[in-house]
Amino acid sequence: MKLKGWKEVTPGAVILEAGSAAHFKTGSWRAFRPIWKEEYCIQCLFCWLYCPDMAIKVRDGKRAEFDYDYCKGCGVCAFECPGKKGNKAIVMEEEGK
Amino acid sequence: MAKIVAATGNEAVANALRQVDPDVCAAYPITPQTELMQRFSSFVSDGIVKTELILVESEHSAMSACVGAAAGGGRVVTATSSQGLALMWEILFIASGLRLPVIMPVVNRALSAPINIHGDHSDAMGARDSGWIQLWSENAQEAYDNTIQAFRIAEHLNVRLPVMICLDGFIISHSIERVEYLEDSDVQNFVGDYRRVNPLLDIEHPVSYGPLILPDYYMEFRKAHDDVMAGVDEVVLKTGDEFEKISGRRYGLFEKYRIDDAEIGMVILGSAAGTSKDVIDGFRDMGIKAGLLKPRLFRPFPYEEVGSALNHLKAVCVLDRADAFGGSYGQLFLDISTSLYPFEKKPILINKIYGLGGRDYLPEHAEFVLKELAGIAETSKVRTFKEYIGVRE
Repeated sequence: MKLKGWKEVTPGAVILEAGSAAHFKTGSWRAFRPIWKEEYCIQCLFCWLYCPDMAIKVRDGKRAEFDYDYCKGCGVCAFECPGKKGNKAIVMEEEGK
Repeated sequence: MAKIVAATGNEAVANALRQVDPDVCAAYPITPQTELMQRFSSFVSDGIVKTELILVESEHSAMSACVGAAAGGGRVVTATSSQGLALMWEILFIASGLRLPVIMPVVNRALSAPINIHGDHSDAMGARDSGWIQLWSENAQEAYDNTIQAFRIAEHLNVRLPVMICLDGFIISHSIERVEYLEDSDVQNFVGDYRRVNPLLDIEHPVSYGPLILPDYYMEFRKAHDDVMAGVDEVVLKTGDEFEKISGRRYGLFEKYRIDDAEIGMVILGSAAGTSKDVIDGFRDMGIKAGLLKPRLFRPFPYEEVGSALNHLKAVCVLDRADAFGGSYGQLFLDISTSLYPFEKKPILINKIYGLGGRDYLPEHAEFVLKELAGIAETSKVRTFKEYIGVRE
């Protein structure tokens, strides 16, 4: 994408387009990657609720895959995940391993 | 018809705010500004204005509330002095960076330590580079007139920047002077309806304020701010022309007093200019060609115009009511020096620091300076480039 010049930027850096955070991909910041283990998922959607970005997809009311373009690897989803019978449905794995 | 009253500077500015009737005011008391907001809050309590008055717990909060209200789409005012302005420092840059036209009378007072409540320019000089426009006043009339014009300047669609209206603490804020008030309707017509730009409260057009801007864009926003600043003088002049039509009082970027044919000159901000003019008249009577330049628009500083107004002189003294510690000279001196640098022919410049912490600036101080300038003009010899005057050894 061509970067705008100083004459083209909005005064005061005000963002005029709603939902434009989708253009800003933050996945490259990640040091740990959350892995979804569907067999332990109880579909509580806590991960979707707690995710501070939009890294968890929901399809037809059900937990779907991670969208790693927006996952910074903060681990909040893994922390909050109640899992099933003592097994977390989200676990963090180090990137690049 | 204008109404002539006896009023303090604080009272006159509070009256200007009443006439404008802004949407929101967030304020915290601090000497010597307290009387200004006390009077304005009485207008709110008495139902004379419709302003939403937000009482906050600090000046940091006052400016933060102003930022929120202005981003929301309101015409917003506050006022402060000294430590209060210092506490706002962080948020000053946010107000200007977000291009919010907040209006703030600053009743100039010295900074602590040692703590002092009296008139001095250290506070506003500390906010010199905050991206705000600064208009300086010599007396209560100018403080009143500058406050009204500040709304037009700040809210101009080519500007959209916050404005400080500077008036000397106690000397202007608490002295009772003759002031001409305009008719309420004339002031309201002059400032006009507030034009909202990208207001947060327009929920049909959602916007976001204050995003993180990384190295790929930060410089573009700074350059845009600098470019807007460069166009402010034109808006200030046009606003002054319009204001003259309703008031009969003329305002430019600075005031020139007997300077065009002068050989020696003083440059001085604020209330001390009045005392100096009186002394200059006495020197003129003695056949000494003395004059004065009093900056009004201090930020953005009109370098070219000021340089052109001073370059014909033989010797100039810049008087600063603050000191830029470690910068060798006072803040005003540094700007005057910069203004004159491009000219091949320029006066010898000296700097005096005066009146700190409310120390009286007396006619004999102006006489002392003018005599020294007359000597420099004659001999081209300078005793010292910078010194404190009115200070005990």
